[in-house]
Amino acid sequence: MQEFLNAYSWVNLRFLLDGLWVTIEVSVVSIIFSFIIGTLLGLGRYVQVKYFSAIVGFIIDIIRNLPLLLILFFTYFSLPSIGIRLSVVPASIVAMTIFESAMLAEIVRSGISAVATGQMEAARSNGLTYLQAMRYIVMPQAFRKMIPPIVSQFISLVKDTSLATIILLPDLTEHAQIIYGQNVNYVIPMFVALAAIYFVVNFVLSQASRWLEKRLSRSKIN
Amino acid sequence: MITIITEHWGELLSGLGYTLGSSVIALIGSLVIGTVFALMEISTYKWVRGIGRTYVEIIRNIPLLVITMGFYVIVPTFFVKIDGFTAGTIGLMIYTSAFIAETIRAGIEAVSTGQMEGARSVGLTYSQAMIHIILPQAVKMVIPPLGNQFINLVKNSSVLAFVAGFDLMYQGKIIASTTFNTFDTYLAVGVFYLIITMPLSYLMRYLEKKWVTA
Repeated sequence: MQEFLNAYSWVNLRFLLDGLWVTIEVSVVSIIFSFIIGTLLGLGRYVQVKYFSAIVGFIIDIIRNLPLLLILFFTYFSLPSIGIRLSVVPASIVAMTIFESAMLAEIVRSGISAVATGQMEAARSNGLTYLQAMRYIVMPQAFRKMIPPIVSQFISLVKDTSLATIILLPDLTEHAQIIYGQNVNYVIPMFVALAAIYFVVNFVLSQASRWLEKRLSRSKIN
Repeated sequence: MITIITEHWGELLSGLGYTLGSSVIALIGSLVIGTVFALMEISTYKWVRGIGRTYVEIIRNIPLLVITMGFYVIVPTFFVKIDGFTAGTIGLMIYTSAFIAETIRAGIEAVSTGQMEGARSVGLTYSQAMIHIILPQAVKMVIPPLGNQFINLVKNSSVLAFVAGFDLMYQGKIIASTTFNTFDTYLAVGVFYLIITMPLSYLMRYLEKKWVTA
């Protein structure tokens, strides 16, 4: 038991928290980028401009159907052979962004489709242009519908950053591996710590989403 | 890319086999575990519901890699020797079961409570009503999301590459490290994944439209 508790020495915990910080950094940056790109892609697929939307849709489908791990490998190991050399952190962010923006694009597209077409027609017949109607009428309602799936996508993004340990991103999982690599007695305590830390971060996120959802549905009634 | 595929056809194909095998085994296992926990989540006993919810919440919020590596590192070190494929598949099974439990629970809840009351009032027991009335209706509702879970499984099974599970991703890694042609190798691996996942995802989208809106 004492051996187990030794694993949670101050130095090790500090090292784990350093890793958690990298996980959070990579997640937050990827979330911001993929939110912007995903919204644009989702709109691009939704607007049904001939050829353009079909091409965007096809690209989204391809990315969504590939494993994130493969995209990570591709950005880190394959892009250098065509002259694009990214170090570990940017490569992780780029890979996460590519993958998650395709996921978000689908959420955005289905969110917009869920807002009744009547809304768009009414806005247009009131004299708003297509873009104005999109910006002021459709998107605000669609975003409200999208919040729960977007948050759960962000939770999987946080979990998925652990995959970047394969390109040696110094994140939470990688740091835990380094610690339990030193002493076999640290294996179980480190996995317990890993599970606990990821759980706390993601559980807080999911509770926040539930709270937000409740608040938004209340404001809709009023 | 074509030369990589023709020269390493055997490895890629065996990788595809391991990927599919692991995904199918994990799907069957997680369907069983997932159904059990889904039924627990809608149980009339509070403590049973509590166990179900706790399991689902914990597993859903932990990365797949942590679960898989946990099995790969902890089980052989302290208990029995298992290989990467087994550890990876068990990890996938446990991880996916939480998502499947949620899917099935949502399916069961979507079948109206009137169905259960109707079945009970004609004299069926709770478990008879569940087996003969509720579950068959729920199945149709959950097939498209379960199909999507299977697509996720195929993609997620790439974590087997971490634990030497001989899957497609693992073979890709080996081919890339022997040919040094990372670009074409990973493109080829991507094509192999898409061959499985793309048709499935279009099929599920079609079924979703046909069944759910009907």
